[in-house]
Amino acid sequence: MKQGLLAALFIARKDLRTEFRTKEALNASVSFALVVLLLFSFAFDLGREEFYDISGGLLWLVYVFAGALIVNRSFIREVPNDCLDVLIASPMPAWALFLGKAIASFVLLLIVEVVSLPVYGLFNNLQWVHAFWPLFGVMILATWGITITGVAFSAVTVNVKLRELMLPVLHYPLLIPLLIGAMQVSTALIKGEASDIGQELRIVIVFDLIFTSLALYLIEFILVG
Amino acid sequence: MRDKAIFTLGALGALLMAWNMHTIFVTLAGEAMQGQIGKMFFIHVPAAITAYSFYAVAVVCSIAFLFTKNFKYDSIAVSSIEVAQVFTLVNLVTGSLWGHIIWGIWWTWDLRLTSQFMCFMLYLGYLLMRPAIAEATQRATMSAILAIFAAADIPLVVMAIRLHNVRTQHPAPVLETGGVDASWWPPLLIGYVAFMLIASALVMVRLRQETVTREIDSLRRELHAI
Repeated sequence: MKQGLLAALFIARKDLRTEFRTKEALNASVSFALVVLLLFSFAFDLGREEFYDISGGLLWLVYVFAGALIVNRSFIREVPNDCLDVLIASPMPAWALFLGKAIASFVLLLIVEVVSLPVYGLFNNLQWVHAFWPLFGVMILATWGITITGVAFSAVTVNVKLRELMLPVLHYPLLIPLLIGAMQVSTALIKGEASDIGQELRIVIVFDLIFTSLALYLIEFILVG
Repeated sequence: MRDKAIFTLGALGALLMAWNMHTIFVTLAGEAMQGQIGKMFFIHVPAAITAYSFYAVAVVCSIAFLFTKNFKYDSIAVSSIEVAQVFTLVNLVTGSLWGHIIWGIWWTWDLRLTSQFMCFMLYLGYLLMRPAIAEATQRATMSAILAIFAAADIPLVVMAIRLHNVRTQHPAPVLETGGVDASWWPPLLIGYVAFMLIASALVMVRLRQETVTREIDSLRRELHAI
């Protein structure tokens, strides 16, 4: 178990180091988040108070669209030069490989989210600073759910034709309960009405627990067969 | 033998359905407030329950495939999901038609409609993914994984939508709360049995297709090897 966790951290460090050297996915993801924010400005012309009611929803739409670019790459980056086969053949357990990639994608997506949040607030004249730390807590919980399922599906679609199309089609419907919870909690926090968010938060936590367990258990079947 | 079984199931289901429809539309009185359109209930509800039954079969077979690697489970899973999707579509369409007449709207994002649509979308992904994987074992394994993930997600979808959306456009539960007249129960149960027989026949037809496809694939591989 300890060796597996160390292996997972090693994989996470490798992926993060690779990404920070090139910053390909980070740059693309942040740029895409900005484009989505721009499109929202054309799609909605709401008053300030009305905008607060949908603030959490729009924020998580930005995050989930930008996140697709991050999670898509997690296993696909190993396909050239048979790197994935080498990793699977290594003594490292499959769950450690998967966990490492999930941790790396989680960190990258969290960076994108933290960078996008002030821009989102700026573009929409939204007061979010008062709720930053609780919001950051929700971001951690919901981002983990997005990355754990996204990386699992990235492993599933590694040998699928049209994988860039397949991943969103498979992934987004699965995320609905998580996004509903995250959107509602975020909206409540931004509006300053966070007294009654226990149940929504519970859905996010239950989603994370169920899909982390399922993914860690089933990854052996996905990678090895 | 299998052909006889398919024909028997299908014919029995069709006859039972025809007889049931006759009972429903000729013998049974209309619903107290909705009139004759209320009888859409006898197609709408059995279609949903049939769909859920076959989704459950698909999930069990998906788990069985992962542990046994026996392709018959994969074939049963995909056949069950395809047929279940058809019945889910029947449920959504009949519900929509009924809603348009009773509420004046084709659709609303209330709990039941949304969660049923979500179920449809989750398994639609399953069907979309399958043709995109060329290798048979991989296709079966990934499909099984997806079916299990989708099944785990559905209760969460229901819980989340229940919190999110207090809209209760869809009629309140009547089966569980005894809101259905006693005379409606027999046609409802017979309708469910008829749908299950028809669905089973369809699954067996699809299963035979899958078996033949696998045989052709293996013959093709043998030919290439020679």
